[in-house]
Amino acid sequence: MSARRASRTSRTDPAAEHRRDLLRTMVLIRRFEETCAELYSAGRIRGFLHLYVGEEAVATGVMSALEPDETVVTTYREHGHALAKGVTAEPLMAEMFGKVTGCSRGRGGSMHVFDRDTHFLGGNAVVAGGIPLAVGVALADRMQGRDRVTACFFGDGAFAEGELHESLNLAALWRLPVLLCCENNLYAMGTALVKEHAQTDLALRASSYGVRSWAVDGMDVLAVEEAARRAVDEIRGGAGPHFLELRTYRFRAHSMYDADRYRDKAEIERWKERDPIDALAARLDADGVLGEAARSAIEADVAAELERAVAAAAEAPEEPVSDLLRFVHSEEPA
Amino acid sequence: MGEFTMPSLGPDMEEGTLLEWLVGPGDTVHRGDLVAVVDTAKAAVEVETFEDGVVDRLLVEPGTTVTVGTPLAVLAAPGAAPSPAPVTTAAAPRTTPLVRRLAAELGVDLASVVGTAPAGRITQEDVRHAAAAPAEAAPATLAPATRRRVTPYARRLAAELGVDLEALPARDGEPVRVADVRAAAGPTEAPAPVAAPPAPAPVDPMRATIAAVMSRSKREIPHYYLSTTVDLADALDWMHRRNLDLPLAERLVPAALLLKAAALAAREVPEVNGFWADGRFVPGEGVHLGVAVSLRGGGLVAPALHEADRMPLPDVMHGLRDLVTRARGGRLRGRELTEATLTVTNLGDQGVESVHGVIHPPQVALVGFGRVVRRPWAVGDLLGIRPVVTLTLAADHRATDGFTGGRFLTAVDRILQQPEEL
Amino acid sequence: MTTTTPTTTPTTGTPTGTVETTYREALREGLRDALRGDDRVFLMGEDVGSYGGCFGVSLGLLEEFGPERVRDTPLSESAFVGAGIGAAVAGMRPVVEVMTVNFSLLALDQIMNNAATLLHMSGGQFAVPLVIRMTTGGGRQLAAQHSHSLEGWYAHIPGLKVVAPATLEDARGMLAAALADPDPVLLFEHGSLYNTKGTLPAEPAPVDIAHAAVRRSGTDVTVLAYGGMLPRALAAADDLASAGISAEVVDLRVLRPLDEAAVLASVRRTHRAVVVDEGWRSGSLAAEVAARIAEQAFYDLDAPVARVCTAEVPLPYAHQLEDAALPSAETIAAAARSCFGGGHG
Repeated sequence: MSARRASRTSRTDPAAEHRRDLLRTMVLIRRFEETCAELYSAGRIRGFLHLYVGEEAVATGVMSALEPDETVVTTYREHGHALAKGVTAEPLMAEMFGKVTGCSRGRGGSMHVFDRDTHFLGGNAVVAGGIPLAVGVALADRMQGRDRVTACFFGDGAFAEGELHESLNLAALWRLPVLLCCENNLYAMGTALVKEHAQTDLALRASSYGVRSWAVDGMDVLAVEEAARRAVDEIRGGAGPHFLELRTYRFRAHSMYDADRYRDKAEIERWKERDPIDALAARLDADGVLGEAARSAIEADVAAELERAVAAAAEAPEEPVSDLLRFVHSEEPA
Repeated sequence: MGEFTMPSLGPDMEEGTLLEWLVGPGDTVHRGDLVAVVDTAKAAVEVETFEDGVVDRLLVEPGTTVTVGTPLAVLAAPGAAPSPAPVTTAAAPRTTPLVRRLAAELGVDLASVVGTAPAGRITQEDVRHAAAAPAEAAPATLAPATRRRVTPYARRLAAELGVDLEALPARDGEPVRVADVRAAAGPTEAPAPVAAPPAPAPVDPMRATIAAVMSRSKREIPHYYLSTTVDLADALDWMHRRNLDLPLAERLVPAALLLKAAALAAREVPEVNGFWADGRFVPGEGVHLGVAVSLRGGGLVAPALHEADRMPLPDVMHGLRDLVTRARGGRLRGRELTEATLTVTNLGDQGVESVHGVIHPPQVALVGFGRVVRRPWAVGDLLGIRPVVTLTLAADHRATDGFTGGRFLTAVDRILQQPEEL
Repeated sequence: MTTTTPTTTPTTGTPTGTVETTYREALREGLRDALRGDDRVFLMGEDVGSYGGCFGVSLGLLEEFGPERVRDTPLSESAFVGAGIGAAVAGMRPVVEVMTVNFSLLALDQIMNNAATLLHMSGGQFAVPLVIRMTTGGGRQLAAQHSHSLEGWYAHIPGLKVVAPATLEDARGMLAAALADPDPVLLFEHGSLYNTKGTLPAEPAPVDIAHAAVRRSGTDVTVLAYGGMLPRALAAADDLASAGISAEVVDLRVLRPLDEAAVLASVRRTHRAVVVDEGWRSGSLAAEVAARIAEQAFYDLDAPVARVCTAEVPLPYAHQLEDAALPSAETIAAAARSCFGGGHG
């Protein structure tokens, strides 16, 4: 019944269509990450692997507020950001496999996803290391008269590093068009926020630099999107940097190497009750714009996309070892 | 010839460790001279020789423990020269200080080692290999216990100029430098500074002779060149096996096999063995191989090894050593320098892979051997690593055609595949 | 976007077309030319604007180009170096000044983990055309923390280019070459050179950042130096000449990538090498240069490679101790003489 309603409405309701797109993006991220975990266990993905399961609403909601030519800078837990920004599953999965068809030609791997076409300026292994870059991109946009907002993602752990504080101050001082998105998932690797910070209200701390700051429910993609849109509009209007504390939670361990001994199982289960995908699906169902069949269609569509991506990555060539020393320096003049 | 053996230094001594040699090959010793330091179970003792003589060869390297009575060194009669080096020891091969030290420790004569590293450099592996296969290193000679310190460039230049580093005067604590080598080489060898025009140097008579003869050769003789690569695996195997049964002094080196093979092939293809005189070819009476010997201090001679095709291999070995010793000692007989019917030059130990030589007129051919190198090589349908050598022929087109030259090379190759018939 | 403008403002014009200038002024001319010639170029750093630069290099540039292009920053090395990287990626040509090399350690994450690696990590997608200038070196009684010579550290890092102007010509010309490079270039100005006086052609000739330069030809020994050590190496060569030793002085200029060919060519001519490095000896640039000579010119050496480096001690304030710690013309000359053994002492 509701499924029939959904298919009927989808052709006529752009808002519903948009929300189903958000759902599809979150499902794509979720299934991509689950596929990675499986492939990692099978030894087909190596290195460090940090998964975004549980946090999908953050990337999905913020990216929805950005234009395609606006830059995103992020950290090593960035598969979700890349997919939400428009990097497709195929080059992203190829990157996991270390293949030359990967978005970073297999030179970056899971932690260093880059894609010039979607203005995706990569995953940084230092938790606050990308923030100065985002400030610099914003500075360049301002100096060159481009009306763009640069978004930067980082975790609560970045609040303990000086680069974040230097950057918040500099961005505020120069009123740069940068959106600072703090994914507060309550743990810096294995250290709980309360064990690391005397003042755990991160939005409050950001605001002390003269940066407009909000705390947002990071498990609600619509709330995230709305907050991001408002902030981006303000930034475009010349209000200077904005800060969003996106309260979220990762359902899986920090990385594949992590026994997750520092978190209470009950705590994880409580957060899983707030699964952002289920939450959005339930709302769409309640609004009569999704339904079982549509949800299944999304799942099937995503599964097919990932199947293609994995097959392509598996078959893709490796970069020849003779190319090892490439990309240390530019191959073309400035 | 006498021997110096591990002495018994006490009623309970069964073995001793040679700690240090106090003498080296060529040193004259007298009864009562201290020649070595030996560690017994009790103390390090300086030990003496009970014979007069010249140290010919050291048989045991420092650090080795041997039972009482084991020969430690061979002594020759007073006044005798030490055993000559193999034929091609014209100059020290390029290698590193570490390898030289190892060679000294293992008693390996570097000049007899084929380097496998780029440019023929000798590696530690090569030295160990040579030490493990003593046949190849014949005759083994221990380096003096205290090696001269020589800068790398000085060592290289000394090799190029034929200066004997050991003969240079010692300066306390100072290594031999290029200036010392140049001084020893004499004014004719001093190269001009890079940036300055070369200063006129006095004419070296030998250089002048070589210049005249070689100019004449290139002016008059229409050379043609042929080359082939010869698999030496069987020949070297045979040689190693044979060497096992020979005393050190009589062991064969590959150069002797190559010479003998060339001599036999020259008998088989007499068109390359002889002279061009008065507009026609005059066959040589017998195969007298001219053996090219480079001299310390520069220059080159090619004295004849008479009837080399009829000589048993041990005689070829002996003849080679004799010629080299006398050539370098300036004691060749005049006719030895003119009687060769075919010259053989072997530059393998200089790291040269192939020799495209200039014929020594009035001869009509020159045979060249390069370095024995290990190369991937098809044997039947299998690929293996085999020792191979590049064999070349420079021949006078007035006397022969390529067809004949080819027959000669083929003959050498075939003969080397049947080493037992050498 | 790039415009061409006249390139010099001679301090003192002379009829022969030369100008009297200093290392400091030559650097400033280089900056001024760059700011005039390309509006993507801007200067950013601590006290580069109102103050005129800690060492006076950028004096007057704020007045000429305004606060957007001559930007004073907070004392936040990581943020403003990182911002320079981001701006470079996004199309600008930033010149970031880090006051002295010790402060660059606060930005080491950005220099090493981002500037040097972005191009490679991204599979060639994001180049970083950034220039970072900083003052280096001791000899001015600034004590331990302000006297480092850490350019050798940076020369360890693939993805960076490291240059050290030692002459007025390079002080004026290297910035343009560095800005023309598509990748990050670190430019080390030696603090003891700022007041060096000299004459330059009024019309600047371009210089490259690829080659070492022979500053004095010689035949007997090669003295390899760079930056603040170059004048000392040249003084040592004068001293050696009076003793009959003809020293060739090679200014490395570019510490990464090293102009190996020039180093080896000189050593192969002279057969002796002395490497002068104001860094500490252990794990130094001098060690790298000496190793390459040993690797590739071993058979050309007539003496062991000699090194003259700073004593392995944090530089002290007291002048006699600091002098004793640093390479000097005397210690350089002594090292060169040692290459000839006892007979030439």
